[in-house]
Amino acid sequence: MNTALINMAMQTTLAAIEPRTIAQRAAESAHENLWITAGYFLAAIVGVALLLSFLGMALIYIERKVAAAFQCRIGPNRVGPWGLLQTVADTLKLVFKEDFVPQMADRTLHMIAPFLALLVPVVLLALIPYSPALQVADLNIGILFITAIGGFGVMGILIAGWSSNNKWSMIGAMRAGAQIISYELSATLALLVVVLFSGTMSLTGIVQSQEDGWWIWRGHAAGLCAFIIYLVASTAELNRTPFDIPEGESELTAGFHTEYSGLRFAFFFLAEFINMFTVSALTATLFLGGWMPFHIGDWTSFNSAMDAIPPSIWFLGKVTAIIFVIMWFRWTFPRLRVDQLMHLEWKVLLPIGFANLFIAAIIVLANAYPYPVAGQ
Amino acid sequence: MSVQVRTLDDLLHAPLDADSELTTQEYLVNMGPQHPIAHGSLRVVLRLDGETVKHVIPVPGYVHRGVEKMCEHLTYRQIIPYTDRLDYLSAIMNNWAVAKTVEKAANIPTNERIDTIRTIMSELQRLQSHALWWGVTGMDLGAYTAFLYGFREREIIGEIFEETIGARLTMNYIQPGGLMYDIKPDFAQKVKNLLPYLKGCIEQYETLLSGNVIFQERLRNIGILDGKHAIALGCTGPVLRASGVPYDLRAVEPYGVYDKVNFNVVVGEVGDCWDRYYVRLEEMRESVRIVEQLIDNIPEGPHATIRYNEEIILPEGLHYGQVETARGVFGVFIASDGKNKCPIRLHFRSPNFNNLWIVTAIASGWRIADFISIQSSLDLVIPDIDR
Amino acid sequence: MGAKGQSMDTKSLLALVVSLHPTVQRRANADRLAIVVPVDDLLEVMKTLRDHQELKFDLFVAHTAIDQIEANRFELVYILSSTMHGNNIYVTAYIGRENPVAPSMVALWPIAEWQEREAYDLLGLLYDNHPDLRRVFLEDDWIGFPLRKDYRDPYMLDLPK
Repeated sequence: MNTALINMAMQTTLAAIEPRTIAQRAAESAHENLWITAGYFLAAIVGVALLLSFLGMALIYIERKVAAAFQCRIGPNRVGPWGLLQTVADTLKLVFKEDFVPQMADRTLHMIAPFLALLVPVVLLALIPYSPALQVADLNIGILFITAIGGFGVMGILIAGWSSNNKWSMIGAMRAGAQIISYELSATLALLVVVLFSGTMSLTGIVQSQEDGWWIWRGHAAGLCAFIIYLVASTAELNRTPFDIPEGESELTAGFHTEYSGLRFAFFFLAEFINMFTVSALTATLFLGGWMPFHIGDWTSFNSAMDAIPPSIWFLGKVTAIIFVIMWFRWTFPRLRVDQLMHLEWKVLLPIGFANLFIAAIIVLANAYPYPVAGQ
Repeated sequence: MSVQVRTLDDLLHAPLDADSELTTQEYLVNMGPQHPIAHGSLRVVLRLDGETVKHVIPVPGYVHRGVEKMCEHLTYRQIIPYTDRLDYLSAIMNNWAVAKTVEKAANIPTNERIDTIRTIMSELQRLQSHALWWGVTGMDLGAYTAFLYGFREREIIGEIFEETIGARLTMNYIQPGGLMYDIKPDFAQKVKNLLPYLKGCIEQYETLLSGNVIFQERLRNIGILDGKHAIALGCTGPVLRASGVPYDLRAVEPYGVYDKVNFNVVVGEVGDCWDRYYVRLEEMRESVRIVEQLIDNIPEGPHATIRYNEEIILPEGLHYGQVETARGVFGVFIASDGKNKCPIRLHFRSPNFNNLWIVTAIASGWRIADFISIQSSLDLVIPDIDR
Repeated sequence: MGAKGQSMDTKSLLALVVSLHPTVQRRANADRLAIVVPVDDLLEVMKTLRDHQELKFDLFVAHTAIDQIEANRFELVYILSSTMHGNNIYVTAYIGRENPVAPSMVALWPIAEWQEREAYDLLGLLYDNHPDLRRVFLEDDWIGFPLRKDYRDPYMLDLPK
């Protein structure tokens, strides 16, 4: 699934070769030499581990620095240059902490839950086109797969809350269940708008369909509206402020992970950050053209200057911008109450989402884009 | 005659109703003594039906130190440091309450300078306390950034205190018959430099939180307490004023130099959490006004009218003095036998102890998150409840 | 509401209260008007103090008691204020140490419920018709009432003379 990662490093060499996903490469080599396939798998596992730890640490470091900037502080600056090693030190601390399981907890489920929570974002990483040459698997039903797997993410949280045998955890898990399942509807409706526009469910296909303009502004207001709905709904699925009621610190101490410590707590933590990366990457891919550079009409010199920037840099830049917006939410907003949260979803976002989908369908049927689109 | 003594266990082991329409099961949770909303160690037992709070049982006492018993063996000057440790965010005002009671009972005079400095210091501390409270409320409602903004102002005012008093938290500053230390020559200038900054901060608070739609949704029309009930439930301070009762000791029975300054008693209209929030913000503005009026004309004079080691013996009888702290009426009741240096009975009328219990009256029927808003809007300091 | 100062002086306040309840006497040695009420009349007098148009003592500021061990009695002290008229008053009553039962003021001022619980917890006063008489600070299995003058526990040290 997910060798994406190693390939980050190998990317420059790969760019020259004909674009193929890692999954394709592995499948091809299986006909020739099984050892090469095995090598791909081994590399994939190492790659995933490296990418996860790198992403986790980098995002935590960024989050802390961003938070510090919002709060008139400096942030980590003691361990290593500019505090870069602070997250490494924190990770080591978490590794060596006692892995505590409450006496009355359901031991097996308590152990499994963090891995389930981490599994979903990691699987989704495989679908993301990082650059033309760098994608693990390009499914032709990509969007369907994302929705299906994404909905599975709540399982880890529910199991964690239930197995901890703690009332706060249980309330947190129940809140998370209600919240994530509700907001998935809106997120899916927003995804469908892009599917309608691009006429494909394959993520690479969606990126390629945005060659002449990103969907966020090419579908009149419908694309922008879908973008905003998706950003809000996926922030809610991430359980981050202002939608962090499942772990709202001042209410539920730590919500569903109250009873977790050490490495297992770190897994929840990591899951949240990888999830944030996945969501940002999907938003960038669907609405902001993925690795497509920014082009303006027929300003050829401007466009070629934009083309000079490598696609993976474009992609990472867009992802970083969205991650920053999500962090911005977190450090400026208070938390919603549970019924206000449901009100926002079922009475505001969902009707708007349906109306938006309808409008998008009309735009597509009438082929009424603001400017002509090549190939459609 | 029906005297029936109960225990907490009787309440906790009482059968729980399954009285909602879907016959869900009610359950009890302990919010505290170790919980982020406890702000110290206050235990609150909640009876919940899903997310809805059915019944609230506050269980204070986790920081009970028997201050009143200790005070029976302390001279009046020795009592002062103990009051710092009750409501530690109103330490100077608590000092003043004891000093005021003792001065009135023992006929110890003060002078204009002492009164002016006491008033300035108290208002600065009220600003400090409300700034911290603002930050903590933000944090309780999930806006963690606000917490650090509130703390920033608190530290800056703390510097002023530290320069004069030598302490940032437990001041031990106002003594019977004067002040522990005189102010430094540049005190007035420093405070004058601080005031425009604080005004800017209050505006910043408004833009950061007050205007936020989520924040307003979380506070407006939550936990409504009308004036009549507020008085009957014995609450004082901003909580009472938010319910529309203009009862402020600084205006009703002025002490210090409050009768020489102009300020408004801020009252709310609805008595919900939002009013309690906004009354405090407005009070910060009024406190800045009070300090502004006083800081230019601090009269000359000695900073104490009696020696620090002078023996104080109160005449026989009952003595009571009260001041308006950042949280309400802090009173000191002293019963003296006229012979000893120590009181035979001393009782602190604590604003937090009396304000706490309104949660039992207004919190049921709201959600867990609203309970957080309500408790946060009461601005409780736990050591003052437990004493 | 919130008028500065007091609506009547100590003398007329006392005269008014005495005219309403002849059993009330003035308690000497207090920094404001203090009245002594026989404990049987306490509830009646308090009700008058709260409800009478010219008295209106609506704020139950504090309630505590003094352990007068030599006289073998507790002196109950209620501090009342009027947010309308600005008046302050002490109401005191004596109850015996052996059977320290006092009427509960919960029906008049809800806040009395917890202030009386505090007095029960620390001084061992019992309140008639109190809805929820429990300890408030100390644990339920605490032995004795610490603010009584004769309270001892195994860890207490004597004050050096």
